[in-house]
Amino acid sequence: MAKLFKPKIISANDLLAGDVVYMNSGYGWTRKLAEAAIAHDENAADALLEKAEPQQDKVVGPYLADVALDDDGRPFPTHFREKFRTRGPSNRVDLGKQATNPERREPLAASGGI
Amino acid sequence: MYRYDEFDAAYVKNRVKNFREQVNRRIDGSLTEDEFKPLRLMNGLYLQLHAYMLRVAIPYGTLNSRQMRTLAMIATKYDKGYGHLTTRQNIQYNWPALKDVPDILDDLADVEMHAIQTSGNCIRNVTADHFAGAAADEIEDPRPTAEIVRQWSTEHPEFLYLPRKFKVAVTGSPNDRAVTKAHDIGLRMLRNNAGEPGYEVIVGGGLGRSPFVGKVVRDFLPKADLLPYLEAILRVYNLQGRRDNKYKARIKILVHETGTDELRAMIEEEFAKMDGPSIALDPSEIERIENYFAPPQFSDLPAESVALSAAKAADAEFATWVDVNTDAHKQSGYTIVTVSAKAIGEAPGDLTTAQMNVIADLAEQYSHDELRISHEQNAILPHVKLDDLPAVHAALVEAGLATANANLISDIIACPGLDYCALATARSIPVAQDIQRRFSDPVRAKAIGEFKIKISGCINACGHHHVGHVGILGLEKAGIENYQITLGGDHTETTAIGDRAGPGFSFEQVGPAIERLVDAYISLRADESERFIDTYRRLGLEPFKAALYNEEKEAA
Repeated sequence: MAKLFKPKIISANDLLAGDVVYMNSGYGWTRKLAEAAIAHDENAADALLEKAEPQQDKVVGPYLADVALDDDGRPFPTHFREKFRTRGPSNRVDLGKQATNPERREPLAASGGI
Repeated sequence: MYRYDEFDAAYVKNRVKNFREQVNRRIDGSLTEDEFKPLRLMNGLYLQLHAYMLRVAIPYGTLNSRQMRTLAMIATKYDKGYGHLTTRQNIQYNWPALKDVPDILDDLADVEMHAIQTSGNCIRNVTADHFAGAAADEIEDPRPTAEIVRQWSTEHPEFLYLPRKFKVAVTGSPNDRAVTKAHDIGLRMLRNNAGEPGYEVIVGGGLGRSPFVGKVVRDFLPKADLLPYLEAILRVYNLQGRRDNKYKARIKILVHETGTDELRAMIEEEFAKMDGPSIALDPSEIERIENYFAPPQFSDLPAESVALSAAKAADAEFATWVDVNTDAHKQSGYTIVTVSAKAIGEAPGDLTTAQMNVIADLAEQYSHDELRISHEQNAILPHVKLDDLPAVHAALVEAGLATANANLISDIIACPGLDYCALATARSIPVAQDIQRRFSDPVRAKAIGEFKIKISGCINACGHHHVGHVGILGLEKAGIENYQITLGGDHTETTAIGDRAGPGFSFEQVGPAIERLVDAYISLRADESERFIDTYRRLGLEPFKAALYNEEKEAA
């Protein structure tokens, strides 16, 4: 039986700022997970990664990360590592992405990401 | 303190210039990340979960007020107003932008600092006893040795591409505060029967994925043979180290797989073949470097301070802080102050810009302009007059730096963990904060006594969990954070790797488990002078294991 495919997005770190970015459907980069392009199957995931990897002048270390989708089809992270990446240090809510989007901290799913 | 000569200054400035060009070439697309990564790592620049991180070297943890003020300035000008003291006596900035890093390095170079040897498979920044030059039990100041090793190892052409990173620690005291037995090479300064100075040489210690206590390869190495002998060790390692497997590439694995006796024979054979005098430092050069570390001009003071006694009698909080956070100094009338960077509920080792400036001011005014950073993530004022303790304490209270917890249960070592680190598998800092809050009562903490908790957020063990009396290792298990607890570790001259207690705990379970453990210790200890580690050695794992896993008691 084929393994159930988990939806995926591309994440990376911005070359200049070093912060977390996601690839959007135009193959550009966004800081909002809600705007990330979602791969719904293996081929789409490979295709996204192929578009991301050459963009070394913009980002560092693009990779595929699992996401789940909320009722509106928006992605939210499934692994705690990715959840932290959408926010910032859990001991310093004044820092990182959570600092500018405090209302978006909980719950990620309902808020549609960062 | 060591002062740069013209060569040092030109070298460091030139490194910054080179790196500035490399950063520009990365930004303009001439360099790929694969090409740039080793270059940035050679300059201490990592990319972590949320941002870049710059690790700045504080060789053997020694710095002056001017350098501390520059570290504070950098935290404000280029970062988010704080820095993080590391378990290798360095400081890390968690939020620099790539384009700013060459400017930061330039500012550091202005005060004789840099980020060289803070990353990569080279001989890393040398660490030493944080009470160096001050401790009452010191045989000799370890810092000239550390400085000699630093100069020898920096850009040593033969050892720039070792199989893996290589860490050297030096202690000049029989009471080992530099964890020398958990380093690739540990040097313990001692004297032979003739009273001549030398080193006990320990090789192959290390924590991480496979922890080992270092093995003594030389009981006594004459001081003059230091560099030839180190070169022999490094040469054997460079040739024999497991370059085929990153996880087996440290010298500890080579020692383990080869056997201490055989490896010792290989080192001695290499050493015998060497033209020692061509490698050894000229005695006049050793003397020149030692002179940089000459003790400051201490005043002639009585051993007892009337002012201190009066202040202690008048202020119980102050008295507790003096009892807990000061250590015996070699000079009569002086003491060593541990400035706790472990305020209850704060990230262990984090200092704000304001706090760094206060520490710099205090060093300048009360500690002969000297500071140390400890591997336990605290700052040290090494030369404070007993008479000045009330003033120092008052300033520290004002700055939130007067927590009386040195060596106590809330003086926790914690790596940055998954709150910052890209390698981490779980968080460390919030675990430390939870434990700190549970033991925030200073009276209770003091009653518990010396209690070393060390937390790492992955098996690389930056938080030294293996050698904590209580070690906590954060892992991922089935998609959630899970914490393994080890007991009975020891970071001192009687180094021991802790015993794993049993199955791991969830994030929320760790704090309550530690409370049960402490309760068990209090009820089991022979008397108040028996430390947790002593009780553990006397009774073994079982009663403490029972306490850790006895959740019914918690519910009752």
